Amino acid sequence: MKNNMHKTMRDAFLDEVHRKMRQDKKIFFLCADFGAPVLDKIRRDFPQRFINVGIAEQNMINIATGLSLEGFKVFTYAIAPFLTMRSYEQNRVNLSIHSQVSPLNVNLIGVGAGVSYEVSGPTHHCLEDISIMRLLPNFMVFSPSDWVLAAKLADACLNLNCPKYLRFDAKPLMKIYGSEMHKADFEKGYSELAAGRKVCLVATGYMTHTALSACRQLQKDGFSCGVLDVFRLKPLNEEGLGRILKKYDNVVTMEEAFIEKGGLDSAVLRLLHKKGICAGFSSIGFKDKYDFRLGNREHLHRLNGIDTAGVVMAVKKLMQIKRGRKR
Amino acid sequence: MKRILKSKKSLKDKADWVRRETIRIHGIAPQTRVASSLSCVEILTALYYGKVLSFDKRGKKSAKRDRLVLSKGHGAVSIYPILADLGFFNPRELRRVCQAGSFLGSIPDTLIPGIETTNGSLGHGLGVSCGISIALRLAKDRHKVFALIGDGELYEGSVWEAVMFAGHHKLSNIIAIVDNNGISMLDYCRRIIDLRPYEQKFRAFGWKAETVDGHDVLALRQCLARLKSDKTRYPKVVIAKTVKGKGVPSLESDALCHIKSLSNNEVSDLLKGADEE
Repeated sequence: MKNNMHKTMRDAFLDEVHRKMRQDKKIFFLCADFGAPVLDKIRRDFPQRFINVGIAEQNMINIATGLSLEGFKVFTYAIAPFLTMRSYEQNRVNLSIHSQVSPLNVNLIGVGAGVSYEVSGPTHHCLEDISIMRLLPNFMVFSPSDWVLAAKLADACLNLNCPKYLRFDAKPLMKIYGSEMHKADFEKGYSELAAGRKVCLVATGYMTHTALSACRQLQKDGFSCGVLDVFRLKPLNEEGLGRILKKYDNVVTMEEAFIEKGGLDSAVLRLLHKKGICAGFSSIGFKDKYDFRLGNREHLHRLNGIDTAGVVMAVKKLMQIKRGRKR
Repeated sequence: MKRILKSKKSLKDKADWVRRETIRIHGIAPQTRVASSLSCVEILTALYYGKVLSFDKRGKKSAKRDRLVLSKGHGAVSIYPILADLGFFNPRELRRVCQAGSFLGSIPDTLIPGIETTNGSLGHGLGVSCGISIALRLAKDRHKVFALIGDGELYEGSVWEAVMFAGHHKLSNIIAIVDNNGISMLDYCRRIIDLRPYEQKFRAFGWKAETVDGHDVLALRQCLARLKSDKTRYPKVVIAKTVKGKGVPSLESDALCHIKSLSNNEVSDLLKGADEE
């Protein structure tokens, strides 16, 4: 923890889960040999309702299914790419398909969104999860941008009776929702962190931080810019987002994930089309390639053109094109 | 519960009846995997009619029941006549299996009263059983979890994740039954990957394992009932030696019988004797 403004999503979230487990005896926690400082508390205080299943994500989801069939609200905790992709078929059959007949409250806590495990290479980068988890019917998908949101998510997990995927960053991140706790509204699913007119940056997770800094830069350069933090990716609040986006000339989506493959960009693009919003559009994210290059996250983002400077450049380019077209 | 059979003869008769009804269903719905469904007829008969499985026709609405997980989803339509006979749903439904508007497909799913889990993708049932087992244990509920798995299904790695988990955690309320009919979809198991001896593999992971003739319904009943009341701290597995396509000579001798359907003539020939009786 760098200071009290920085914290990991998982620690904030698990602290809440730990608190809830004291009150609610029907909460069970499974992990696939993956830890966190706060997890030790859960393990210590609730040995009956905590199991480390070993490095076996498929089995973890199956066990979670069995527990939830018997009325438990289950949390499963693992590194994001393995929790989503190694056990994708278990997620599909036992959670997604099953929940159509009778909903199962199983919450997948995936840690390591995007390239937050920066030097572990493509196996640990998680760039496909938004698309593939959004694909599963009866699932909800959440992608908080800071630990305040993550902590608040615990409540939603217990109250919403369905399978959920929670996409958490691995690194301690700055707090965004401090004094504006009311904006952390999961029923709404997004929050407007800055309002403008020319361009709206629609971001999720870590990229919301980049969006805020790009927004400051763009405003300094004289562009009227807004920022939307979308933390519920499925179901997307199309009505709410549509009402805001129709005020803008341009929309730029930002996700630390593959783009043009069914992620946030695809969802927003479809929403613009559906609502008849004729805005210029561009998407920021990873192109159709894995990245083996090493370096810290900022470096990787720079190389992929998704750091603040890259976003500012992409936005300016989009607005030029738009102007060009108008002429 | 009056249909639970007491006499030895009637248990065998019941198995014959289930076999005939399974063939009849296949006549209505040729898409069903008849050979695989015929190998587990006695297993299901022993469970439901042999006083092994505690069940309630209200299904999940009743907590007082053992859980049966049909992990080998493809080969389990033989459970349909049993569930209908025992009052889980109207027997008329058996006449429209796989037809529009029916809830009885070629693979049993959770829309069907009496079916606990989503089946059809192999390798999931034993892991799900582990979760049910832990939940029952925490609730101090003495009901058991039965899991029917195929021998071809044992090639799924996730089965072994569950086997080692159940062994380590001493999930003694699990009773797995391997329908060891020796044939997967395209060939004999021994020619794909020979996993024999099965018992030792389970034992190595801390299970109690027994082998039984899977078509001897009385032996099956005895074995399952004994394991159900067994107080040892091991998960249990019964290797039920069966014949794929049991009762239909043209299937029994065919390595590809899993994907074979019987013609209408074959079905009526097989049912002829019985229907005249």
